[in-house]
Amino acid sequence: MPTKLIAGKNIELDADGNLLKRTDWNEDVAAELAKEEGIDNLTDRHWLVIKYMQKEFDQKGDAPSIRKLTKESGVDTKELYALFPKGPAKKAARIAGLPKPKGCI
Amino acid sequence: MSNSNESIKKVSIIISRGSLEGVYPGLIMANGARMEGIDATLFFTFFGLDAIIDKRMDNLKVATVGNPAMHIPTILGAIPGMSAFATSKMKKEMEKLDIPPVREFIQMIHDAGCEIYACKATVDMFHLTKEDFCPQVDDIISVGQFYEKSAGAQIIFT
Repeated sequence: MPTKLIAGKNIELDADGNLLKRTDWNEDVAAELAKEEGIDNLTDRHWLVIKYMQKEFDQKGDAPSIRKLTKESGVDTKELYALFPKGPAKKAARIAGLPKPKGCI
Repeated sequence: MSNSNESIKKVSIIISRGSLEGVYPGLIMANGARMEGIDATLFFTFFGLDAIIDKRMDNLKVATVGNPAMHIPTILGAIPGMSAFATSKMKKEMEKLDIPPVREFIQMIHDAGCEIYACKATVDMFHLTKEDFCPQVDDIISVGQFYEKSAGAQIIFT
């Protein structure tokens, strides 16, 4: 497995470039992954999405669909695309330390 | 033609059929494109317009006749209520997969930044106006304008 120096730690990544182990995740790692995705500053709204995704993943074993995410997190579709431009579900999952979402919706 | 190493940047999806199973593939592909950060345009033509006509979009039905993949004899598919039954079953299965109803899906796709257009030739043929459509329809455009807007896009016909 490839490893990468993220926030001062050597971290193992999966084939998609997402963290292999959630235990490697912390807020500094998230901030650095966000920068790689073109998001320079994680705001409270970003964190709301990230925390919600982690909670859903821990309960269900997969990241939530965008529909579920917008219904339950309080961040609507337009805002979600503004927060995580060019692929919200995929980017938010990566920054949250989760694997790439498997769903189609 | 783009070469195979290049990722897809933009898609133009045409929805030409008005049955539930005729409409959803295009909607799922448009939404999926936006989720991947791919620009998307949706163009509704012929009976596909039913999916964006305000009074009709909540009542699309599964076609139970003339579809061998339904695995029921055509004559049974023609029984009154059969299409409504198949539609309600399919809607339940889709809800389980978190696939939204047509109106909500169109709203979601539009909010995700996908432009939505109706085909001018069909609009004229069916004597429709902009007021007949749901508010997410950006414009009624000709086939020429469709090609202009599709510059650089992969065109997908459904």
